[in-house]
Amino acid sequence: MSDVPALRPEFSPELDKEQRLILIEREAKAMLPAATGLPEISAATGYYGLPVIKEPSWSWEIPLYFFIGGAAGAAGVIEGVARLTGDSPKLVRDARRIAMAGSVLSPALLISDLGRPARFLAMLRVFKPQSPMSVGVWILMGFGAGTSAATLGSWLRERSGESALARFLETAGDVGALLFGMPLASYTGALIGVTVIPAWNRNAGMLPLHFAASGVNSGAGLLELAGHQSRALNWLGMGAAAVETGMGASIELEKHPAVDPLKHGPSGWLIRVGGVLSGPIPLALRAMSLFTSGKRAAKFRKYAAVSSVVGSAVTRVAWIQAGHVSAREARP
Amino acid sequence: MRTSAFLTDSTLCIGCKACEVACKEWNDVPADFVEWKGLSYDNTQALGARTWRHVKFVEGLPEIGKGGNDPSAFSWSFSSDVCKHCEVAGCLEACPTGALVRTEFDSVYLQPDVCNGCAYCVVSCPFGVLSRDSDDGRAFKCTFCYDRQKADLMPACAKVCPTESIQFGELDDLRQRAQERMTELQDRGVTDARVYDPVDTSVQGTHAIFIFRGDERMYNLPRDPEVPTQYLKRAWTSAAIAAGAMLAGTLLAFLGSGGKKL
Repeated sequence: MSDVPALRPEFSPELDKEQRLILIEREAKAMLPAATGLPEISAATGYYGLPVIKEPSWSWEIPLYFFIGGAAGAAGVIEGVARLTGDSPKLVRDARRIAMAGSVLSPALLISDLGRPARFLAMLRVFKPQSPMSVGVWILMGFGAGTSAATLGSWLRERSGESALARFLETAGDVGALLFGMPLASYTGALIGVTVIPAWNRNAGMLPLHFAASGVNSGAGLLELAGHQSRALNWLGMGAAAVETGMGASIELEKHPAVDPLKHGPSGWLIRVGGVLSGPIPLALRAMSLFTSGKRAAKFRKYAAVSSVVGSAVTRVAWIQAGHVSAREARP
Repeated sequence: MRTSAFLTDSTLCIGCKACEVACKEWNDVPADFVEWKGLSYDNTQALGARTWRHVKFVEGLPEIGKGGNDPSAFSWSFSSDVCKHCEVAGCLEACPTGALVRTEFDSVYLQPDVCNGCAYCVVSCPFGVLSRDSDDGRAFKCTFCYDRQKADLMPACAKVCPTESIQFGELDDLRQRAQERMTELQDRGVTDARVYDPVDTSVQGTHAIFIFRGDERMYNLPRDPEVPTQYLKRAWTSAAIAAGAMLAGTLLAFLGSGGKKL
C-alpha cells in the first residue's frame, strides 16, 4: 500500500480492476494526436495542412497601440489645424493633451511588446525606408518631439507669461504634431499591409486610409467626449464615418479567398461589429444631430462619439485577429 | 566574396535528421517545443526560432516505387528544409534595427546581439522560417553557419549528411548540378522529379534549392513566394492619400464651420 506514488491517487489499489482499466483507457485516449485518421498531404492541403507562413507573434500591446496611436495622430492634426485657424485655445489644449498622452503611451506599448525591451534603442540605429516599421518608429519620434515641444511651450507660457521662446515652441510643436500626426494615424495600415499575411497584404492599398479614418473617428470622438461641442468636430466625425462606411462596404463586397477571415468566423464578425460602430451608426447619429438642436442634438453627437471610439478600438483588434486566422489558413 | 548555397536533394534523403542534430549541436540551439503531433515521424512540424533545419516526412497513399514495391506500403519521401537565404529577402528588408544583414557569402544573417525582438521579420518571411523565441525574446533563424564559412568549413548540416542529400557550394555550380540530377532522375524513369528554385518570383531566387518528387506544395514550398516589399507602393500611396484627406478634411471642417460652437 505504501509504495503507491503520492502523485497518482487515482490509481489507488482500492479501486477494483475494472475501474482501473477505465482510468487507463481514458489516459491512453488523451495521448491520441488531435488529428486521427490518415494525415493528408496534397497540393491543395500542403504538408499535413500545416500553415506555410507564421502567425504574428505580437501581443495585446500592438492592437492597443494602433488604436492609441491613431487617436493621438488625429488629435495632433486637429491640434495643428485648430491652432492655425485660430480655433478655441481650449480645443487646442485638449487635442494637445490627447496627442501628448498618445506619444507617451505609444512607445511604452511598443517597447513592452519587444522580446528584448531594454534594446528598444536598436531601432534608432537605422532608418530604412523599405521597412514600414522603421519609418513608423521615426514618425513616432517626430510626433513625440512635436507634442513635447508644444506641451513645454504652453507650460512655459502658463508659468511665466508670453515669451518668444514659449510662442516658438508652441507653434513649432503644433505644426510638428500636425505634420507627423498625419502619417502616424495612417502608417500602421502600411505596417500590416506590407507583410506576407494574405488578408493584410491584399488590402495594402486601403488599410492606411482605413486606419487613418479610424484614427480621426476616435480622435474627434475623444475630444467631443471631453466636452468640445463644435460643428467642426461633428463634420470631421461625419467625414471619417463616411469613409469607414465605404471601407466596410468594400470589405463585404470583396470576393477573394484571402479576405475570408475578414468576413467569416469570429474575426469576420469583429470586423463587421467594428465597421458598423465606426461607420453607419455614427454617420446616422451625426446626420440626425444636424436636423435637431439643443440637448437632443448633443445627445446624438455624444452617442456617435462613443460608438466611433469603441468602433475604432474593435476595428484594430479585428484586423490583428483576422491576420492570425489568415496566417493559419495560408497554404502553399 | 562568394555566393554560397545549399542544394537539398530529397530523393537522397533517408530522414535520419542528422542535419537537425548537427545544427543544434554546432549552433547551441535549444530544444524545440516538441509535443506528440501524430504526423508521421515529424513532431517539429516547421522551421522556427529553435528549428533551423527541419526534415519533412511526406507520407502518402501507397504508390509503387515511392517507399518500396509492396503495393500496400505507404509512399515516403523526406526533405530537409532550411532558410532559403532569398536574393530579395523579406525579413532583411523589414528588419527595423539592422540586425538582419547580407553577408559576404551572400547569405542573410541575423545578428543576435542587435535584434530586439520586434517580430516584424516573422510576418515578412514568405517561407515562414523565422519566429520569435518566447523564452529568449529574440527572433532566430539559420545562420548558414556564418562562423564555419568564415573558417572555410562547410555548414554543419551539410557536413554530417550521410547521403549527400544536403550539398553545399557555389550557387551557380549547384544550380547546374540540380538540373543534371533532375535530368538523370527523369532518364531513370523518375518522371516527377523537380527542382525548386523560384527565380521568376518576387524573391528573385534563393540560396537554398531543392530537388524532390511531385508537387512543391506537398512540401509546403510556396508556388509563388512573395516578398512583402512589393506592396510598399500601394500602401504608401494609400497613406499619402490618407494624409492629404486628413489635412484637407480637417481644414475644411474648421474653416467651413467658422469656429462655431454647438
